[in-house]
Amino acid sequence: MRRISFAIAAAIALGGVWGSAMAEDVQPGLQKEVTLADGCLSQEGAEFKDGKWVLPDGTPTFHVCHKDDKYVVDWATYNGYRRYHGECHVCHGPNGLGSTYAPALAHSLQTMDYGTFLGTVASGRTRDEAGTKFVMPAFGDNKNVMCFINDLYVYLKARSFEALPAGQLGGRNRDEKPQQARDEEKACLGS
Amino acid sequence: MRKSVFAGALVAAAAFSAPASANDSVIKCIADENNWCMQQHDYSATRYSSLDQINTKNVGNLKVAWTFSTGVLRGHEGSPLVVGNTMYLHTPFPNIVYALNLDDENRIIWKYEPKQDPSVIPVMCCDTVNRGLQYADGKLFLHQADTTLVALDAKTGKEVWKAVNGDPKRGETGTGAALVVGDVVMIGVSGAEFGVRCFFTGYDINSGKRLWRGYSMGPDDEILFNPEKTMSLGKPVGKDSSLKTWTGDQWKLGGGSIWGWYAWDPKLNLVYYGTGNPSTWNPAQRAGPDGKQIDQKWSMSIIARNPQTGEAAWAYQMTPFDEWDYDGVNEMILVDNMEVKGKKHNVLVHFDRNGLGYTVDRESGIPLVAEKYDPVVNWTTGVDLDPKSPTYGRPAVVASKSTFLNGPDVNTTDVCPAALGTKDQQPAAYSPLTGLFYVPTNHVCMDYEPFKVEYTAGQPYVGATLSMYPPKGESHMGNFIAWDASKGKIVWSNKEQFSVWSGVLTTAGGIACVGTLEGYFKCVDQKDGKELYKNRTPSGIIGNVFTYGHKGKQYVGVFSGVGGWAGIGLAAGLTNPTDGLGAVGGYAGLNSYTALGGSLTVWSLP
Repeated sequence: MRRISFAIAAAIALGGVWGSAMAEDVQPGLQKEVTLADGCLSQEGAEFKDGKWVLPDGTPTFHVCHKDDKYVVDWATYNGYRRYHGECHVCHGPNGLGSTYAPALAHSLQTMDYGTFLGTVASGRTRDEAGTKFVMPAFGDNKNVMCFINDLYVYLKARSFEALPAGQLGGRNRDEKPQQARDEEKACLGS
Repeated sequence: MRKSVFAGALVAAAAFSAPASANDSVIKCIADENNWCMQQHDYSATRYSSLDQINTKNVGNLKVAWTFSTGVLRGHEGSPLVVGNTMYLHTPFPNIVYALNLDDENRIIWKYEPKQDPSVIPVMCCDTVNRGLQYADGKLFLHQADTTLVALDAKTGKEVWKAVNGDPKRGETGTGAALVVGDVVMIGVSGAEFGVRCFFTGYDINSGKRLWRGYSMGPDDEILFNPEKTMSLGKPVGKDSSLKTWTGDQWKLGGGSIWGWYAWDPKLNLVYYGTGNPSTWNPAQRAGPDGKQIDQKWSMSIIARNPQTGEAAWAYQMTPFDEWDYDGVNEMILVDNMEVKGKKHNVLVHFDRNGLGYTVDRESGIPLVAEKYDPVVNWTTGVDLDPKSPTYGRPAVVASKSTFLNGPDVNTTDVCPAALGTKDQQPAAYSPLTGLFYVPTNHVCMDYEPFKVEYTAGQPYVGATLSMYPPKGESHMGNFIAWDASKGKIVWSNKEQFSVWSGVLTTAGGIACVGTLEGYFKCVDQKDGKELYKNRTPSGIIGNVFTYGHKGKQYVGVFSGVGGWAGIGLAAGLTNPTDGLGAVGGYAGLNSYTALGGSLTVWSLP
């Protein structure tokens, strides 16, 4: 049951995702990619609030700046990048590009809404393709994944657009770690 | 085939004169070179066959003799076995076994498919590979993905017994082939990426009863180390040799996977294998009580054990306090009377993930040579081989490449080799014709950023992100090399676009054959590496080349079927090592060359 409570907690944290999504007739997370006033790429309606970029319906999003031949991403996208390459890439391949073993999430996130993403990561998924079984495990009990589920989501979301090309991010490619992120990491992982 | 009978008789004579009890059926089977009885070819794991019908002069005329689809899409490692007129094939998960009748157009005699819970699939870090069957006493030993060890009747495919070796719910999985010595069948377990304390276990081949289990870390009676008798670097290891190298009870999540290729010395009656990385990949979480590096024994070690009792005779830790995932699991190859620095030794040669080729005296466990087998290796300046030095046996770590000294949340860049090592499981071969080793290698570097992780049973426990790319200024990611283990020198080196992830075969015909990730099967001249034959198989090759004789004809074969770590790291294309997020385009992905699908291709002369 811990698994379910995690997913629900995440949904509540979003503050009314479901209702506003219906009103705007765009499923949470499927908003268009736009160039913001600061010249950086994000999704339509993105705002910086409490240390992270969010959409009007409360869905988290990315913020990617490409200036002077250098990429700089927000902390959440960066943390998603590194957590992805710690937890997910052994199956889903580097940069969300897929492998012989599991699908390319950079493609999946083009059509998968935020709620489906959360549910799939928390509860897992199985598929049978011509007798070959593909099994995504349930990560609902895994703090290393669930504590950073929004960061993983925004990284893959950025990858699903052309905003963030495949490649690696280093220390100079990110914004500073906001205090909110530090506090949340500590509260969720413990110690 | 005349030569094979002669050489076989010699092997048999040597083995029978050994004092240790040996399994007659295996010795007899190996003695007939028309067979391919063991994954490693022989107990010394040389992968050298004395068959010479196919040789440097005629190998260019090879033609495909027959093919067989395994019906499974995943990565195909290991090779079939050939015993008499029957060939036995294994597959990745679901671990199907086929027996084919070589006398009857390779028809299927029987097929065995175990029932396994598919929830084991995602627990298998890096694909559901299986490194193959072993044979003894009319039985086949299959090590399933879910860690079940099954003995099958080789004639009928019926189960004789089953033993459950581990629990996949905790992240324990099986990929490695077993080793049978006397009446004991031994297997390891994988799971260091899930915080499993891994172990090596001996079972009775007749009943499946567990005889002993040696953990990679923990109290002396659980690692089966004798404080007075078990040696390391020429000295007894002493009490609590493992426990005192861990902080608190971190050894309980210690890792140290065992899934490589094992070897056995009949005279010393010792089995040799390697252990993998300590969990997690974030070294800061494994620091000593004083906040400094601490060894974490016996992860990353070569261990020699008595196959009947499991007791360790010696151990040598190659990479104390791992900071890069340089597992020590790769194959152990045994060669007698090798002259090293003017003295003859019976040696064990091991090409480690850490990029160093070790030549070790296999009786004492003393390292004689430890040299880089890829010049780009940069995390160490070398191993201290001076017995009088306080750092004896240890590699000198380059501070700028230390992911521990740089700390968590810091990206340590341009570390060579990458985590998949200068070589992974793909086994090298030895040739007595040249005295050289033929080594399939990776030529890949990485950036590595560790970060904090929490342990949850049965969930990944990794704690680092890494990006891999070819060494700076280069565009190829593999080399096929010839190595002089007595001097620690590369003799020749052939570039390959991708990592060479296939096991090598050497033969008395003077050839060395290997597969490539694009799917080419290649044979070269052992002397100079000159390519003599090349043929495309249906998929990328991560299997091991093998040979057998049937009705006076020599055959060479290999599994194709891309996957494994190679399929994951390379399928999508490695990225450009530029700081500012370069394009992937410069290094085309493997998926523009090959697609999934398991099959066996067999060649012979027309």
